[in-house]
Amino acid sequence: MTTEQRARSISVHLVLIAYSLLAVGPILLVVMNSFKVRSAIFGSPLAPPDTSTFSLIGYEKVFRSSHILLYYSNSLIVTLVSMALVLLFGAMAAWALTEYRFRGSTVLALFLSIGIMVPIRLGSVAILNMMRSAGLNDTLTALVLVYVAQGLPMSIFILSEFIQQIPKDLRDAARCDGVPEIRIFFEVVAPLLRPAIATVAVFTIVPIWNDLWFPLILTSSDSTHTVTLGVQQFLGQYITDWNSVLAALSMAILPVVVIYVILSRQLIAGLTSGAVK
Amino acid sequence: MPESLSPVTAQMPRAKLAGLLLFFLGPAVVIYSLFSIYPLVATMALSTYTSDPSGARSFVGLANFQTLLGDALWSKPFWNALGNNLIFFTVHMCVQNPVGIALAGLLSLPRVRLKGFYRTVMFLPTMLSVVIVGFSWNLILSPLWGVASGALKAVGLGSLFAPWLGLESSALVTLSLISVWQFVGIPMMLIYAALLNIPEELIDAARVDGLGQLRIFFHIKLPLVLPTISLVSVLTFVANFNAFDLIYSVKGALAGPNFATDILGTFFYRTFFGNQLQLGNPTMGAAVATVMFFIILLGLCLYLFLVQRRIRRYAF
Repeated sequence: MTTEQRARSISVHLVLIAYSLLAVGPILLVVMNSFKVRSAIFGSPLAPPDTSTFSLIGYEKVFRSSHILLYYSNSLIVTLVSMALVLLFGAMAAWALTEYRFRGSTVLALFLSIGIMVPIRLGSVAILNMMRSAGLNDTLTALVLVYVAQGLPMSIFILSEFIQQIPKDLRDAARCDGVPEIRIFFEVVAPLLRPAIATVAVFTIVPIWNDLWFPLILTSSDSTHTVTLGVQQFLGQYITDWNSVLAALSMAILPVVVIYVILSRQLIAGLTSGAVK
Repeated sequence: MPESLSPVTAQMPRAKLAGLLLFFLGPAVVIYSLFSIYPLVATMALSTYTSDPSGARSFVGLANFQTLLGDALWSKPFWNALGNNLIFFTVHMCVQNPVGIALAGLLSLPRVRLKGFYRTVMFLPTMLSVVIVGFSWNLILSPLWGVASGALKAVGLGSLFAPWLGLESSALVTLSLISVWQFVGIPMMLIYAALLNIPEELIDAARVDGLGQLRIFFHIKLPLVLPTISLVSVLTFVANFNAFDLIYSVKGALAGPNFATDILGTFFYRTFFGNQLQLGNPTMGAAVATVMFFIILLGLCLYLFLVQRRIRRYAF
């Protein structure tokens, strides 16, 4: 490497490091200060907690004055059930659309793709009316139904691409052996779709877990709040209690960060492979 | 695509095929139609009704839209929200996309180490909930905590600090920049992936011709990723004209100060659900949602008919 090349490489890294700091700095700041006593939060916000400033008082208050664990379990139930249904129904529909030829298949594919671009949020007035008349208002079921409808178009789109890449010989061999179509899908095709799960997950799990709009509109009681809504309401209520506010924010941040760091390779691969086409 | 059909499915009896289609497509089509398409249509239908205090509904045609666009009580906040939404979108287009392109360009340079690490870190904010991001920045920019003013003082710019989120003149742009900070990862990732798809031979040929990295980027790479940039733009458009969470969590439903940060999403929420100043009005809410739908549709059509057609697709 010549000196000029080295200088250029260093300046590229400097820019990337600077932007990385800008990206994680605010998150680190919030998480770091959530472990400190109030005087240290204000006295030296940039210093990490040490033995004299470390405190879990914010977390104690959050546990005492909100149902944070209930919110977590609500979010977990809604997200996992929605994702399972999106994957199952999405894969089944993608299979039928790519494998069988029938009249109207193109129109149906277009109909299903409307939801990729048009936000379902715009139908909220009618969704609330429907849920009220079906008696599903203020239930997790209502959220799951909406999220499945929201996630299906993108997952069908992505899974169709995956199914097209599966070698044709595989299912044709099974057909020659007389295996019924439904078993071909569940026993031959479905297991091969495992790598697609990460891609679908980026487009379904993350928006569902982070959504504020539908919990705000469809759930009213504390027992059906998700983490995002629960923390949002808690923050509004305890806005002057900085320990609690920082702790509640950190408790919403940390699970997402941990899962993201574990899965980031697959998530990013999924994002870049699925959305470019 | 006839060649993709295997002979077995082509020979299948009609009744059997119909049964299979019902089994495989049924659940997805039913849930999607019932909870996504039907509500959109029903909301549009509802926008042509009005309800009296007893709850009885009567058909009024386009009167709700006349009220929304013509009655000063409604039209003033509506145009204010639309204007603010345009500013919100403009900031995204002028800051988020150029920064995303620049970061993607740097990451795609040859022989840059630690790419995976930078990518992971820079994409992190995009994974977080908008509520959390908005509130965290609210604390950081708060004069009470003094982190932002302290940071500016440290570099000698202390006099520049102002409570940006609280001032009518700067609140909207500040919120837009917070949103940019969060979502810059999306253009970065999509454009990075597109840059990686450019064939090596093209870049090598340019290098042999003596072009530097900067000129290679602007003259060869950038034109080749234009389709991705326009895709990113339309994604940004749809997301921005449907945004709500950030403004609501930082500024509340009233989008203060003095409605300076009110965008269509918060205006829709207030109209539909009501707030301290007014009662909720589902039929007017439906009218606002319908207008938002047509704005988004207009953006999508512009993208499909103008941008997508003019750009030549390069076969990679």
